[in-house]
Amino acid sequence: MKTKKDKPLYNVKSGQEITGSEALVLSLLEEGVDRIFGYPGGAIMPVYDALYDYLDKIEHILVRHEQGAAHAAESYAKILGKPGVALVTSGPGATNLITGLANAMIDSTAMVCISGQVPSGLLGTDAFQETDVIGITMPVTKWNYQITHPWEIPGVMAKAFYIASTGRPGPVMIDITKDAQFGKLKWHYEKCTKIRSYFPSPKVQPEKIDEAAKLINAAKKPLLIAGQGILISNAQQELETLVTKADIPVTTTLLGLSAFPSDHPLYVGMPGMHGNMAPNIKTNECDLLIAVGMRFDDRITGKLEEYAPQAKIIHFEIDPSEIGKNVPIDVPIIGDAKEALSLLIPKVKKTSHKEWITSFHKEYENEYDKVIRPARHSDQGEIRMDEVVHLISEKSEGKAIVVTDVGQHQMVTARNYRFKTSRSWVTSGGLGTMGFGLPAAVGAKVARPDREVIAFIGDGGFQMTIQELGTIAQSNLPVKIVVLNNSFLGMVRQWQDMFFDKRYSFTELVNPDFITIASGYGIRGRFVSDRKDLESAIDDLIKSKDAFILEVKVMKEQNVFPMVPSGESVSNMRIE
Amino acid sequence: MENLQEYTIKVYSENHIGLLNRLTIIFTRRKINIESLTTSEYHIPGVHSFTIVVNTSESMVKKVVQQIEKLVDVLKAFYYQTDNIIYQEIALYKVPTSALTHTNEIEKLVRQYNARILEVTPDYTALEKTGHKEETQELLEKLKPFGILEFVRSGRVAITKPMKELAVHLQEKEDATNYTNHTNITVE
Repeated sequence: MKTKKDKPLYNVKSGQEITGSEALVLSLLEEGVDRIFGYPGGAIMPVYDALYDYLDKIEHILVRHEQGAAHAAESYAKILGKPGVALVTSGPGATNLITGLANAMIDSTAMVCISGQVPSGLLGTDAFQETDVIGITMPVTKWNYQITHPWEIPGVMAKAFYIASTGRPGPVMIDITKDAQFGKLKWHYEKCTKIRSYFPSPKVQPEKIDEAAKLINAAKKPLLIAGQGILISNAQQELETLVTKADIPVTTTLLGLSAFPSDHPLYVGMPGMHGNMAPNIKTNECDLLIAVGMRFDDRITGKLEEYAPQAKIIHFEIDPSEIGKNVPIDVPIIGDAKEALSLLIPKVKKTSHKEWITSFHKEYENEYDKVIRPARHSDQGEIRMDEVVHLISEKSEGKAIVVTDVGQHQMVTARNYRFKTSRSWVTSGGLGTMGFGLPAAVGAKVARPDREVIAFIGDGGFQMTIQELGTIAQSNLPVKIVVLNNSFLGMVRQWQDMFFDKRYSFTELVNPDFITIASGYGIRGRFVSDRKDLESAIDDLIKSKDAFILEVKVMKEQNVFPMVPSGESVSNMRIE
Repeated sequence: MENLQEYTIKVYSENHIGLLNRLTIIFTRRKINIESLTTSEYHIPGVHSFTIVVNTSESMVKKVVQQIEKLVDVLKAFYYQTDNIIYQEIALYKVPTSALTHTNEIEKLVRQYNARILEVTPDYTALEKTGHKEETQELLEKLKPFGILEFVRSGRVAITKPMKELAVHLQEKEDATNYTNHTNITVE
């Protein structure tokens, strides 16, 4: 993102001699980075020193633990569709990133993480705070590189951003030795546009589009599953045009939530283990399954042998290695979803599948009567998580950016929040990282200070990264935190209840007073255990101009239903 | 469980630090043992080739090759069944020279197995045999009675029978690729 010629990004001229540290900061500016998340330490101090001269150009958010920097950067990337950046020191600083890297890797999110490293002369000597960052991050990064010479910096940084953000996005780790930060180079920056051995985005083959169009035009009972790929390629409009024209019901995966409006007449909910009944059951009734930008995770497919055996399957996917990885595909369409859908739209006939779509609505009514209404609208007994999420969904008019942690509350939020705007959902999908929620809320708010950010977090996950309350306080981020507290590791307890004879082995938590903890950070909040206080507390939460925490004491032993038990067919949804 | 079979995987890549590690973790993660691995510079400057031998199922080798090809530094990867490649391994044997001087059995074996004598010293004689594993193994068994001081066998090197050249594969791949960034998201 080059700014106008009359307004240079910085005063350093091409060919001028500067330090590696400054070059690193300038590389970030060249890549359009204006906000980063990080935590200083010995081996990255030269870069932090250089950063100090550019505080008017790059906002640095000081986290309380490097894992928080990684999750915040990932969330930032998801909301803005550009790489998130984390800056940390060597050794423990770098190892603390690992969970965040693994999370971004499995959830295909563009990140560039930079770690300091001991001086190159000390590599391999077990120097203070030395760890083999390249070795340790290899399985959880799309690419990584160790910089040992200052003159490598511009080229490697350009490559890092290019690799992270093209094709199937992913995290990139750049490890930079302290002597490379101190050393000098002649500054010159060129963006990376091609790498000989890297083929990021295959061109869509027109004949495959024809095959897909033929199947779609012949289908009587088509069903489309939209994944995160829609959001990554920014194909929301194309998706809506396609399904409206061909009258195809749309289900969005956990990571695809908000890619399609929840109130659209063709929206039929979420598939998978804790998804809605209709998309699961109808997966095994449809004659054509159209999967776009999703990877047939086991939480979606259930038992593979019994997953849509009757249907033809079209798979739109940018990563060729995903084709047929889990589910055999009839028509693979490899390439960018936006490009592929644009090519497909003119080839599909305008048609109507009224009866088929009505059958989804009937299934939803059934689910509504048996599961959703009782959970959302109970007027006695303990408060249920569904009530809280539903009420917040109403009061925020479905327009907030919603962030979750991992567990029961995550599934309840996914099921109950009605998204009206796209790019409004951040959750940890593939890795299921407890502790993701609070730092992810930080990242989302930094990305979109103009939008309401509401984080739903369980009492377990909250305590895994609770220190990020400090980040929220120090950076004045008006994040809204909703802690759904059942004093249990709820999802594990649910499985113990269902599959382990209610033997609640180490899932009960003795919790601190979260409101007091938050107030220690200067964050106001309310605790609610009585249903009659819930609405006014939610009003306080939403009206607050500052960060706010709402802790709701919810039903201690609520199970999330419906559910496809692990390893069973998607048509066997249990409602109790 | 599908039938396990021997597959030879050929990988063409950049010669970058750490790539070997990235390659091997693809196998480790899926608990596939690497039977042999050889790496060397290819005839195209700057390109490196790996020859990897594994025993696995066809569906698995297919997925593994796709994962390998996904690596940023890998140009192209293929897998072959044994009848689609021409391959060799080299074996070196160190035997006591006294065994040669006492009988002419070793000399016979050298002739019979088309082996070569590389070096003779008063203490030891170094032999070399190139061939398939079964052949080098057979010679090893035959030499054992005379006392083996040392033995080593290389990984497989293989050239492929299909005629399509790497450069053509790469050109095709390049022609079929969009290199531009994702559409920039406009924040409303």
